[in-house]
Amino acid sequence: MADSASNDAFVEFDRVQKSYDGENLVVKDLNLSLPRGEFLTMLGPSGSGKTTCLMMLAGFETATHGDIRLGGTSINNIPPHKRGIGMVFQNYALFPHMTIAENLSFPLEVRKMGKTEREEKIKRALDMVEMGAFGGRRPAQLSGGQQQRIALARALVFEPELVLMDEPLGALDKQLREKMQFEITNLAHNLGITTVYVTHDQTEALTMSDRVAVFDDGRIQQLDPPDTLYENPQNSFVAQFIGENNTLEGVVKEINNGIAIVELDDGELIDCKPVHESVKPGARTRVSIRPERVEYNKDRIQEGAHTLKAEVKEFIYMGDIFRTRLSVAGNDEFIIKTRNAPDVDRLTPGQQIEIGWLPEDCRALDA
Amino acid sequence: MSDSTQSGPMLAADGTPLKKSLSRALRMQKIRALALITPLLAFVLLTFIIPIGQMLFRSVENDIVANTLPNTVIALQDWDAASGEAPDEAVYAALAADLYVASNAKTHTRVGSRLNYETPGISSLFRKAGRKAKKWDVENDGPYKEKFIKIAKGWGDPNVWRTIQTYSPKYTNGYFLNAADMQKGSDGAEIRPESERIYITLFKRTLIMSLAITAACIALAYPVAWLLANLPSAKANLLMILVLLPFWTSLLVRTSAWKVMLQQQGVINDVLVWLGIVADDARLVMINNQLGTIIAMTHILLPFMILPMYSVMQTIQPTYLRAAKSMGATNWTAFWRVYFPLSVPGIGAGSILVFILAIGYYITPELVGGTKGVFISNRIAFHISTSLNWGLAAALGTILLAVVLILYWAYDKIVGIDNVKLG
Repeated sequence: MADSASNDAFVEFDRVQKSYDGENLVVKDLNLSLPRGEFLTMLGPSGSGKTTCLMMLAGFETATHGDIRLGGTSINNIPPHKRGIGMVFQNYALFPHMTIAENLSFPLEVRKMGKTEREEKIKRALDMVEMGAFGGRRPAQLSGGQQQRIALARALVFEPELVLMDEPLGALDKQLREKMQFEITNLAHNLGITTVYVTHDQTEALTMSDRVAVFDDGRIQQLDPPDTLYENPQNSFVAQFIGENNTLEGVVKEINNGIAIVELDDGELIDCKPVHESVKPGARTRVSIRPERVEYNKDRIQEGAHTLKAEVKEFIYMGDIFRTRLSVAGNDEFIIKTRNAPDVDRLTPGQQIEIGWLPEDCRALDA
Repeated sequence: MSDSTQSGPMLAADGTPLKKSLSRALRMQKIRALALITPLLAFVLLTFIIPIGQMLFRSVENDIVANTLPNTVIALQDWDAASGEAPDEAVYAALAADLYVASNAKTHTRVGSRLNYETPGISSLFRKAGRKAKKWDVENDGPYKEKFIKIAKGWGDPNVWRTIQTYSPKYTNGYFLNAADMQKGSDGAEIRPESERIYITLFKRTLIMSLAITAACIALAYPVAWLLANLPSAKANLLMILVLLPFWTSLLVRTSAWKVMLQQQGVINDVLVWLGIVADDARLVMINNQLGTIIAMTHILLPFMILPMYSVMQTIQPTYLRAAKSMGATNWTAFWRVYFPLSVPGIGAGSILVFILAIGYYITPELVGGTKGVFISNRIAFHISTSLNWGLAAALGTILLAVVLILYWAYDKIVGIDNVKLG
């Protein structure tokens, strides 16, 4: 498996470690390989090591241990300017003393490209981001979204095979961000370039990526396509970090036919799917369930399934969905989401209900 | 919708033109702003603008001759200086009348010393004649021509009379001509003999040495400012204290320290001799010359270059350099094409500051400059405190001010004053 992966890997991190102070590892034993043309997102809270990984790939930080390979050759000792990797920075880093065209011309000039060829490439790159008319302007004369497009065009104008993006949409407002997410993904796929994208915004990661690497504590916690990541989180960190999530704690009683019976701390029993390797009879576990998979309509709860008593604390009408806060097994922050449909009861605070779910939607993870 | 199609000025809700009601609304703010700066404005006007204006005015003011010798000035109007002969009795009689008044009021010596700036020796003529004139009966003691020539032969010299005639108008360009190494000859302005020219040389030296000091400051300050802007803040603060340390020491002490360092029996020479780099009988001359002035002044003005550079460099984001490198630029290209152009406003601000400070510097050249390393300001100080020729000092100062303004204007044309940032 490892061998076949590294054969067609374009970017590869092999047992990479990074420490800034010689005492703490910021990146602990990172292994990651990307095939050509993939859009991979590194997602994680700040301080999780994702930006450090990106900077090591770009060449601005050196790995303390391990190998980083690009197209099969180690780039550990290659300085950044010889790596030929395009990069989009968080604050765009457009040179304020140059016009847009001069900014785009810069990577071509340092490659000693002729004037006509340069002009042709600049024009093509600007047209690609629909900014053809702005070549003569200065960066300060453009809006945030326009600067973002120019930064993208500048990273692509010298036709790199790999483009790195460090939270490039962080400074934009929500609407523009969503539009740019779509445009960047399209552009990357149409040009067939390999992209490594760093963000702390999980929605961005889910909507844009082929695969998402969730970082925490210097390690990749899970590396999967967005749907797998959301539906099958492998540990409680990923479950918590991606999307909204309800957590209940308890002890595993028994495991039968792939269904674990968990006794919650207040003595109630629930059915779950054992996911994490630590889930064994007698072990403490943390079970995770998505708000939209919780049912309170008796017709939809499976015959014989364990149910829990719940008290409605708060009911919020959000248009397309109802969002209800419940008190369940001592947890006052238990959220359920229900689609706004004619046949759905609207709950009222104080109401006592029973909730249940399919055992496979409730995942028993590490404590 | 109808608002956009109406013609004429926009109207406010009450029907007055919008512009008018806007300016009315802003008037109160303007008055308040003005009231806030009034004390400073008055202070600056009283203690800075007015004295400087008066000083500049002295460079052309010359009413002392006309005020002290009013009759003589009128009588001299018809005298032809080119004739080569002393004026006639009428002029001497007028002078006698003027001197009688002046010597009793004790103002004749002041005219004497004023005219002495232009033709040395006149001062004593006035002193001698004044002593006698005090006791004359002006109406009856004539004729005066012989009397004056008997008191002092100089009174018969047409050159003396020419000087009095030349400087009788209430305003003169004489100080400025003098400041430019020229004088008023018998037919207009002429260049002084070579042995008397000093000011042009001094102006040139002041400009060239100030440029050298500015250049040395740029070369030394740039790396320090870069370090300051890029070190982690704890280390940067320590370095900043070191940069500012000279400010906390008296200027006089620092300059004297340079004397200790640079003199022929000083620290640097001793070390060089001890190391065997310089022979004991060929110790370097580094003080009381231009080199000494440049070294000491570069040190003293360095902080004024570092601080504006630092504050500009601080605003240059490190991602610019990273971006340049990610696009394939070597360290040098990234610096030269990206970092350096962004740091130019700091260099500009520092250079203007250092150059203008250097051009008017006084204490340091006075102490370590010897004769070859003094600036025009030392000459101005000499005229103010020693020769008391304030008119000439004012003229030199005015020229210095004009030169600075011209250079400032040229800088604006070439680099653009908008490009100067203090942070």
